[in-house]
Amino acid sequence: MRHTISLLLENEAGALSRVAGLFSARGFNIESLTVAPTEDPTMSRMTLVTRGSDEVIEQITKQLNKLVDVIKLIDLTEGLHIERELMLVKIKADNSEHREEMKRLSDIFRGSIIDVTDDSYTVEMTGTEDKLDAFLGAIEDTLIIEVVRSGVAGIGRGDRSLRA
Amino acid sequence: MAKEKETLTGAEILVRCLQAENVDFMFGYPGGAVLHIYDALFKQDKVRHILVRHEQAAVHAADGYARATGRPGVVLVTSGPGATNAVTGIATAYMDSIPLVVITGQVPTSLIGNDAFQEVDAVGITRPCVKHNFLVNDVKDLAITIKKAFYIANSGRPGPVVIDVPKDVTANMVEFDYPETIDMRSYKPVVNGHPGQIRKAVDLILAAKRPMIYTGGGVVLGNASEALTGFVHLLQYPITQTLMGLGSFPATDPLFLGMLGMHGTYEANMAMHECDLLIAVGARFDDRVTGDLKKFCPHAKIIHIDVDPASISKNVRVDLPIVGAVEPVLRDLISVIRETGKQPEKEAVNSWWDQINKWRDKDCLNYNRHSEFIKPQYVIEKLWEITHGDAYVTSDVGQHQMFAAQFYKFTKPRRWINSGGLGTMGFGLPAAMGVKLAYPDEQVVCITGEASIQMCIQELSTCKQFDLPLKIINLNNRFMGMVRQWQEMFYDRRYSHTYMDAIPDFVKLAESYGHIGMRIEKPDEVEGALKEMLAMKDRLVFMDFIIDREENVYPMVAAGKGQHEMVLASDREQV
Ligand SMILES: Cc1ncc(C[n+]2csc(CCOP(=O)(O)OP(=O)(O)O)c2C)c(N)n1
Repeated sequence: MRHTISLLLENEAGALSRVAGLFSARGFNIESLTVAPTEDPTMSRMTLVTRGSDEVIEQITKQLNKLVDVIKLIDLTEGLHIERELMLVKIKADNSEHREEMKRLSDIFRGSIIDVTDDSYTVEMTGTEDKLDAFLGAIEDTLIIEVVRSGVAGIGRGDRSLRA
Repeated sequence: MAKEKETLTGAEILVRCLQAENVDFMFGYPGGAVLHIYDALFKQDKVRHILVRHEQAAVHAADGYARATGRPGVVLVTSGPGATNAVTGIATAYMDSIPLVVITGQVPTSLIGNDAFQEVDAVGITRPCVKHNFLVNDVKDLAITIKKAFYIANSGRPGPVVIDVPKDVTANMVEFDYPETIDMRSYKPVVNGHPGQIRKAVDLILAAKRPMIYTGGGVVLGNASEALTGFVHLLQYPITQTLMGLGSFPATDPLFLGMLGMHGTYEANMAMHECDLLIAVGARFDDRVTGDLKKFCPHAKIIHIDVDPASISKNVRVDLPIVGAVEPVLRDLISVIRETGKQPEKEAVNSWWDQINKWRDKDCLNYNRHSEFIKPQYVIEKLWEITHGDAYVTSDVGQHQMFAAQFYKFTKPRRWINSGGLGTMGFGLPAAMGVKLAYPDEQVVCITGEASIQMCIQELSTCKQFDLPLKIINLNNRFMGMVRQWQEMFYDRRYSHTYMDAIPDFVKLAESYGHIGMRIEKPDEVEGALKEMLAMKDRLVFMDFIIDREENVYPMVAAGKGQHEMVLASDREQV
C-alpha cells in the first residue's frame, strides 16, 4: 500500500543522505521525497511517499525513527490528511487550436498559465498526485515538452499535527 | 566566582574531552591530518595511547575493550587510508552494537571536496555502519560533538560513533567548555517497559505449558545478567542463548540448554521448534539463529523484550513486544510475577522437561575421544577445565569460534568476545589486546585458526611493545575449516581455495616478534602444554595446535532449513 510519511528532522548536513541511504541500504522504495526548513530554521520537514506491505511500512517507520537526526514522525496515511504536489508543465502551443485546447484544459484543472511564448505554454498546477496525473493524461504525449513535479507535501487535517 | 575559561586549540580540547570522559586507553595510528592531536596527546599522560600496527586492529582492540568493560572504546586514526582501514572494525562493532567513539582526521575544511591528498568522505563511507557520525566544521562545535558522541555510543542500543575532524579545526582556538550533561530532542532512548505490556507478558508466561527463554547479546550489553539469572531461576524454565549472549546465564546451570542456531545444540533447537511460548530477551532473530523463517517456532506465541523497537517484528512477527532496557524490564517482570502469587503450570512444565531431557540424551556435542589426532573440541574442553571457566576468551571466525562457543562453558558475562554479526576474521588478536589492557591481571586467551590469525598477525608486534602477555590458541587444521566444511557438505568435497599452502612456522614467527611459540601435535601433550602456557604469566605464548584436518562442527542447521532439521555428528559417521 502507498503510505505518506511525514518527518521532522534536525536541519543538519547529512540528515537527508541518512534518510536516502536507509532506503537504499534496506531495499525500501521511495516514490517521492520533499524536504525544506520549517519556521524554526534548525528543523526540516520532510514528506516521504513509499509503498510496502504493513510489515515493511512498520520497519520503515521504526528505522526512520531510529535515525539520530529524526525528531518526530507520523504516518499521515493512518488518519485524515491533505496532500499536495506542485507541477510545472511546458506544453507545445504552436497553433491556435492547441493554444485554445491547452487554455481550456488548464482552466478545467484549475492550473494557471505562467509563461507564454509563440509556440509554448507553461502551466503551473497544484493538487493531489492523482489530479496531476489526470491532467498529464489528458494531454497528448507529443505535446508535452517538459514536466517538473515537486513530490508530495502532506499535512494532517484539523488537530492532527507534527510538532517538536 | 565562575572559573575563567581557558582558550585552547581544537587538539587540546579533544584530549581534554577524552580526559573528562575518563578515557584511559585510546587505540590509534598517526598521520598528517591528526598530528596536532598526537602532539596534544604527547603533552599529557592521562589518556594512554596504544599504537597498533594497522588501523583495523585499533578498532578491534577498542571494541574488545568495550565488550569486556562496558565502557566505550576510543580510536584515533588519520584521514584517507587511516579511515578506510578502520571501516571493517567499525562495521564489526556496529553489527554487534558495541559502543565506540572513533575519531578520524580529515583534510582542512578549505580542501574538503577537492580530492585533496589523503581525503576520503569518511562520513559518507561510514554512514551505513555507524549508529551516528559527525563532521566537525568549526572548533566551537568540537566539545559538544564529543559529548554527544559518547552519549549516543553508550546509551539505548549502543553502537559506534565516528567524529571526522578536519586538521584546521584541531589548530583553531576557542574557549574550552565541556558540558556536564546533554539532552538531544531527536534522541531519547526508552528505558522502562510499558507496565500494561509487562502484565500481559506475565499472564502469558505463567500460562505456558512448553515455555522457552531465548536471550542474546542485549542481555550482556544491557548488564542484565543478574536480572536474567533471577528471572530464569524464579520460573525454572529452560533457557538457550545466542552466540552473542553466552555467559550472561551460567552455562553450567542445568536449566541451560546450550547455544541455539546453526551450530546450536539438538535440545536447544528442538525446544525452540516445539515450545508454545518463546520469551526473547535482547536478541534479534538473526538468520543464523532462526533458520528458515517459515518453519520457525511454529507453535509459539512470542514475547520480545528489546531496547530497539526496530528489532521487534523485523524478521519474525511478535505477539507481545516490550520496548525497554532489558535489565529494568526483567526486574519488573520478576516483581509482577511475585505480586500475582501465581506459580507456573507445574505439571505441564515438568513433562516439557521430560521431553527436553530426552533430546539431551542424544549428547549432540559428543566427539571421537579416541582419535590419534588432536580434536579441537578437546583442546577447548581442557582449556575450560584448567582455567576454571574464568578466562576472558576472544575468538576469530570459523570452526574454532563455534567449538569455543560450544565447549567453553562461560558462567559470567563479558568474557566471551567474538564477532558474531559481521563475522570478521582478524578480530580475535587485537580484541584480546583491548581486554588485556583493561584487565591486566586476568587470563586472556585468543582462540583462532591459522587463516584468521594471519589477518591481523602484525599485532604481535603491538603486544611486544606494550607487554601484553596474551595466550593464543591456534587450532591449526591447514584449512579454512568452516568454508571447507561447507564445501564438503554442499559442494561434493571440491575444496576450492580453502587449503592454505605455505603456512608460516608459527613458532618461529612468534619468536621473531619476541614471544614464545609452542607446537603441539599429539592429544596426550595437550593438557601439559596448556598448563605450561598458563604458567608463563608474563609472556605472550603462541600455541600452535596441529589438529585433525577434517573435523566438522555439529550439530548443523544448513542454510534454508528449519531449526529442527539438524545434521548431527552421528549422521556423518554413518556416511
Ligand atoms: C574477513 C573475512 N573473510 C572471509 C571470511 C569467510 N570465512 C569464514 S570462516 C573462514 C575460514 C576460517 O579459517 P580458520 O581461521 O583457519 O578457522 P577454522 O574454520 O579452520 O577453524 C572464512 C574464510 C570471513 N568470515 N571474514
